Amino acid sequence: MSGPSDYQPSNPALQWIERRLPIMGLIHSSFVVYPTPRNLNYWWTFGAILSFMLGIQILTGVILAMHYTPHADLAFKSVELIVRDVNYGWLLRNMHAVGASMFFVAVYVHMFRGLYYGSYKEPREVLWILGVIIYLLMMATGFMGYVLPWGQMSFWGATVITNLFSAIPYVGESIVTLLWGGYSVGNPTLNRFFSLHYLLPFLIAGVVVLHVWALHVAGQNNPDGVEPKTEKDTVPFTPHATIKDGFGVACFLLLYAWFIFYMPNYLGDADNYIPANPGVTPPHIVPEWYYLPFYAILRSIPNKLAGVIGMFSAIIILCFLPWLDNAKTRSSKYRPLAKQFFWIFVAVCILLGYLGAQPPEGIYVIAGRILTFCYFAYFLIVLPLLSRIETPRPVPNSIADAVLAKTGSKSTPMVSTAIVLALGGALFASSIDSARASEGNDKPPGNKWSFAGPVGKYDRGALQRGLKVYKEVCANCHGLSYIAFRNLAEAGGPGYSVAQAAAFASDYKIKDGPNDTGDMFERPGRPADYFPSPFPNEQAARAANGGAAPPDLSLITKARSYGRGFPWFIVDFFTQYQEQGPDYVAAVLQGFEDKAPEGVTIPEGSYYNKYFPGHAIKMPKPLSDGQVTYDDGSPATVAQYSKDVTTFLMWTAEPHMEARKRLGLQVFIFLIIFAGLMYFTKRKVWADAH
Amino acid sequence: MTTASSADHPTRRDFLFVATGAAATVGGAAALWPFISQMNPDASTIAAGAPIEVDLTPVAEGQDIKVFWRGKPIYISHRTKKQIDEARAVNVASLPDPQSDEARVKSGHEQWLVVIGICTHLGCIPIAHEGNYDGFFCPCHGSQYDSSGRIRQGPAPANLPVPPYQFVSDTKIQIG
Repeated sequence: MSGPSDYQPSNPALQWIERRLPIMGLIHSSFVVYPTPRNLNYWWTFGAILSFMLGIQILTGVILAMHYTPHADLAFKSVELIVRDVNYGWLLRNMHAVGASMFFVAVYVHMFRGLYYGSYKEPREVLWILGVIIYLLMMATGFMGYVLPWGQMSFWGATVITNLFSAIPYVGESIVTLLWGGYSVGNPTLNRFFSLHYLLPFLIAGVVVLHVWALHVAGQNNPDGVEPKTEKDTVPFTPHATIKDGFGVACFLLLYAWFIFYMPNYLGDADNYIPANPGVTPPHIVPEWYYLPFYAILRSIPNKLAGVIGMFSAIIILCFLPWLDNAKTRSSKYRPLAKQFFWIFVAVCILLGYLGAQPPEGIYVIAGRILTFCYFAYFLIVLPLLSRIETPRPVPNSIADAVLAKTGSKSTPMVSTAIVLALGGALFASSIDSARASEGNDKPPGNKWSFAGPVGKYDRGALQRGLKVYKEVCANCHGLSYIAFRNLAEAGGPGYSVAQAAAFASDYKIKDGPNDTGDMFERPGRPADYFPSPFPNEQAARAANGGAAPPDLSLITKARSYGRGFPWFIVDFFTQYQEQGPDYVAAVLQGFEDKAPEGVTIPEGSYYNKYFPGHAIKMPKPLSDGQVTYDDGSPATVAQYSKDVTTFLMWTAEPHMEARKRLGLQVFIFLIIFAGLMYFTKRKVWADAH
Repeated sequence: MTTASSADHPTRRDFLFVATGAAATVGGAAALWPFISQMNPDASTIAAGAPIEVDLTPVAEGQDIKVFWRGKPIYISHRTKKQIDEARAVNVASLPDPQSDEARVKSGHEQWLVVIGICTHLGCIPIAHEGNYDGFFCPCHGSQYDSSGRIRQGPAPANLPVPPYQFVSDTKIQIG
């Protein structure tokens, strides 16, 4: 892409092709001999990381689409079946779901890098604008992808985001109906979102080609912001940039794998493990972390239309950046004032993200307004003003000079950026959870779970006892509809043999049919059957339980959570604490008190529970000492029952957890070795370039 | 990069490059496995392919029924004396896919023929009680099977396969 190539393959067959389609010449000139500035730092590897992530997302996405059913009644279940039944389905799903977050992590680093080093300035305006277009497409793709699992957050996220368009005067309502294909978010909406979610990544790939093309015409910017002048200023793309990018990707994979294998739900929302329910909105709707700053801007502006305009302007304004900042010096390295304001801007974005996850009340609203002002002021006031009043430091004559002048000392911006980004990422990620902390309940006490931590395993005894508690107590009201009897004999489960699972199944009566005469009939259960639900439908469950349908328990430990609050959610990232759900479930089972404390009134037909949100639970105290007989001598106490049944329900929610952690360990050992090898290879390759 | 080294003096640099390349290759190949393995039948499909039991009492002599096992149609024919005799009178060596009728049914239950009803030519479903051999006729390309489900005429290369099955009792079989 940098002019006609003089590349000539030696193989006659390749020569024959090359004369007719010079594709190898194109690759050779774009990715082999292409001159790349020799002073690029690791922030420049994020371009390669992003290409890699796009590839991963398309690959895993195409595969997930092979197993997914885009129907309002089946979507949620089909995702669960992918995770439970498809070979490595849990891995593919985690890769895709976490991959979306990683894609945004990388794109934000990439964008802030462009901002800091002035990569949007002449002659790279089109390159920058193409980047903004990619970012917009990514946001649309990510949003529609989040809708597909059809959980509560999917459904209500779709409702809230599509309703943004209703703010448009006169035609807003018609546009929203057009987007929905109905009178509300429903099956037609899901179908078209699936179609578009499949389409948009290929559009992104197309714009990425333009983005790379524009990059290769203008040439890469670099940390010093001076154009390469002589050959001494550049190194060939291969092997120098490829090996460095490869090392960058290997390091990024470590972070990616940390989430995939050890905390796949850390970046998600527990509510999305509850199937979509058009009749109940979750108490606190939050978008995925990567939209939070814009969500905060939306909520800061008290007028509906103005809020929507503000939110979209916050992104569109990036397109005008090349003209808002017309300082001649590109890199903030040589702009002392711009550098400081850049870091303030980074902090503003992170804080906006934090506020986006908080309830829109009190101090949060005021802070949101101030920060929204700061966000726009950076582009509309600070940058235009700086380009007039700032006196930049002298830039080096050439890249070669800059490299020679650079001593061994690491520049502080890199360190501080790393700190700010790590902090910000963690803050973003879990601010969703911290939002719930404000609901004023007692925090569930922590437990020692056998399945916690990077090598945690299920306690087989607890699983078997928990199954007994479920069968004798919980199953009277709660279903377990994603669990088949065959699962009881699977590796990483309660450890029953195939024969034992079959015998367990045959105790159940399963409705089957119709038979040859068209009648339904009952037969003994088989391993392939699923646990039968205690009620034929939700209405019956509701009617029999005082108006509150007992939830299905298959996913309950992943569908319930509680706020961890600052700074715990940052600590959790490092300690791999993933047990909010089990802690909550165990706490609720033990949190019943006969008498509500002074000043708390519990409505008729409800019971006081210390840990249930709002304290009034429709479920009566389910467990009492001695209720279930244990054969293995474990104490027959409520505490023990709760712990066992919670362990069992953790397994029903994550049946492949042991396989996940085991594979994770293998992947980590490999990645650490591989990243080490890549590092030393990179040093060797670059030895003659420094 | 490696021009400085020669073949008989491998350098540390060469070793590093080879090791890195090997690690990348091994890692890449291992990473491919989940993407291929996911194409195989999933656990619920495998579980649903468990053996089934079929009650033979309602099937009168000369009748046949079609049941599905693992998504495949299984023909269960209650053969008449004439059909059995015809199937056993053939010179086995003259058949395109030589196989005796005795080998295709369970001894003591000769009246029952159990075959997978999928034409061995290109997978169409043959029609029972049609064709020239008192057996099956495939409408797609004209393959004809006899009353033992053996190919007699047409493009199909092999006999209709016999699925794994056993008699649980005189009137009940388990397929699979």
